[in-house]
Amino acid sequence: MNPLERAGARPGPAFEVTFDGRPVEALPGRTVAAVLWAAGITSWRTTRGGGRPRGVFCGIGVCFDCLVTVNDRPGQRACLVPARPGDVIRTEEGTGRAH
Amino acid sequence: MRTDLVVIGAGPAGLAAALAASARGVRVVLVDAAPEPGGQFYRQPAPALRARRPQALHHRWRAWTRLRDGLAASTVRVLTEHHVWCVERESGGLTVHALPGPEQERSVEVRATAVLLATGGYETVLPFPGWTLPGVVTAGGAQAMLKGGLVVPGGTAVVAGTGPLLLPVATALAAAGVPVAALVESTGPRRLLRHAGALAGKLPEGAGYAARLLRHRVPFLARHTVVRAHGASGAGSGGDRLTGVTVAALDEHGSVRPGTERRLPCDTLAVGHGILPHTDLAEGLGCRLGGHAVAVDAEQRTDVPGVWAAGESTGVGGAAHALAEGHIAGRSIAARLRGTAPDPGEWAPAGRVRARMRGAAAALDSAYAPPARWTDRVTDDTVICRCEEVTAGAVREAVSLGAGDTRTVKLLSRAGMGWCQGRMCGPAVAGLTGCASAPSGRLLARPVPLGVLADAHREHEEHRDREVHREHEKHREKEEHRAYEDRTEEGPS
Repeated sequence: MNPLERAGARPGPAFEVTFDGRPVEALPGRTVAAVLWAAGITSWRTTRGGGRPRGVFCGIGVCFDCLVTVNDRPGQRACLVPARPGDVIRTEEGTGRAH
Repeated sequence: MRTDLVVIGAGPAGLAAALAASARGVRVVLVDAAPEPGGQFYRQPAPALRARRPQALHHRWRAWTRLRDGLAASTVRVLTEHHVWCVERESGGLTVHALPGPEQERSVEVRATAVLLATGGYETVLPFPGWTLPGVVTAGGAQAMLKGGLVVPGGTAVVAGTGPLLLPVATALAAAGVPVAALVESTGPRRLLRHAGALAGKLPEGAGYAARLLRHRVPFLARHTVVRAHGASGAGSGGDRLTGVTVAALDEHGSVRPGTERRLPCDTLAVGHGILPHTDLAEGLGCRLGGHAVAVDAEQRTDVPGVWAAGESTGVGGAAHALAEGHIAGRSIAARLRGTAPDPGEWAPAGRVRARMRGAAAALDSAYAPPARWTDRVTDDTVICRCEEVTAGAVREAVSLGAGDTRTVKLLSRAGMGWCQGRMCGPAVAGLTGCASAPSGRLLARPVPLGVLADAHREHEEHRDREVHREHEKHREKEEHRAYEDRTEEGPS
């Protein structure tokens, strides 16, 4: 049983966001991190120094590892920001302010 | 905005305090960073997910429904999605500064006579090779994503580390349909049993989790540790991700027993090594700390007038402990704001719970100490500071250059200078360098946009200018008055 069924969730209709240009289905109420996890995506940032991939670590807004660019705004914590219909989510490279 | 009491944190301690105080006529504003009250323990699924059985993922659900219904019926004003970054003492009270919304681009102020710090705790994770791979998350993080987003990160999970949080996380993941390949606990079963007497307050809960682990067929590996996390490129979108872990048995000194290493395939590792109290706001106010926690008296008062603290911020003891402390704090605040001394007899039952849970917490702390030789397994190329990408080698080099405390290590290596302000790597740096892990003395409890600080500074300046102007006006009036008197005394000439 998945967590949605387990908790008896009856979310409203799914909407679409994009991640690096490809469409991803999102359930209302979920954060950007939860939407990406549900789509099987676990990394959406590369580090400034080593260019290493990162995603959720602390899950509660403390570690800043899950930073992502949403609608051209870099540095958003994916675990806190709710996904909204039409969001354009992009992998954040380095500081996210290079381009 | 002005009120009698600001409660910072809407977890068990903050909710209990807000309800106890408001029931006694105190005007309360409850501030929390999350979109819904509940804190980490009672984290709720996002309302739009419309979960009809959220209790399926929770423990102590009845206590939560009492708090939730109590809050709805109360006069407590709730400010969700408000990230408090500073509490200031000013003449005549306290000012709480918070950044609203996920954007956090401007700051709002709430002024109050009293403040309760119910800021909870955060998880410690000690590093090991591979711990920065996507798919490795904190145990609390896996639980938060599950409770809040009703989402799990992938196929098979391993839960590892040490501490009482691992049991509920493993059972919650298993109950949500995630195959849990193992629960890897570095503490040995004999050590846990030795503390069993003192742990009595917590044991019924532990026994329940153990039964659930059995039901979900989760293998329990006591006195084992994760030696390394392995990744493969292309396994996830955008690069490497976790594909498995190597676990090994530990000997009585905390070293890996040779020949016991084995590989467990998994795509999620939920790992944690205990909880630390959040003390940034207390430190900013100058509250005295005892060890890592905020020091409080029998009424939950800190040594700063007008500031109380309750829950994990005063020492990690679990939800029942936090509820008791919050209740006591709320009653104390109500009495003190009326200018009377509270009668501790009124909160005797909560006082007994507090005493019992503090005893259990001390026992848990010593039972679940991290394995003695964990630093031996941290290779020089392991990243320690995740923000600044500082390796263990760089941290060790700082020590060989003569750094004798964590602050100097930070200045030489940059470990702890990033976004998280050293929260993630602090305990690891302390362990690797052998320096005592001191409270950080962070001035701001979270990163604050420079514009907000500039505005705060400008408001402060304007306030000062107004005061100076007022003084100046008063002085001028006095002067004019004196000149007038001088003239009248002189009389018409």
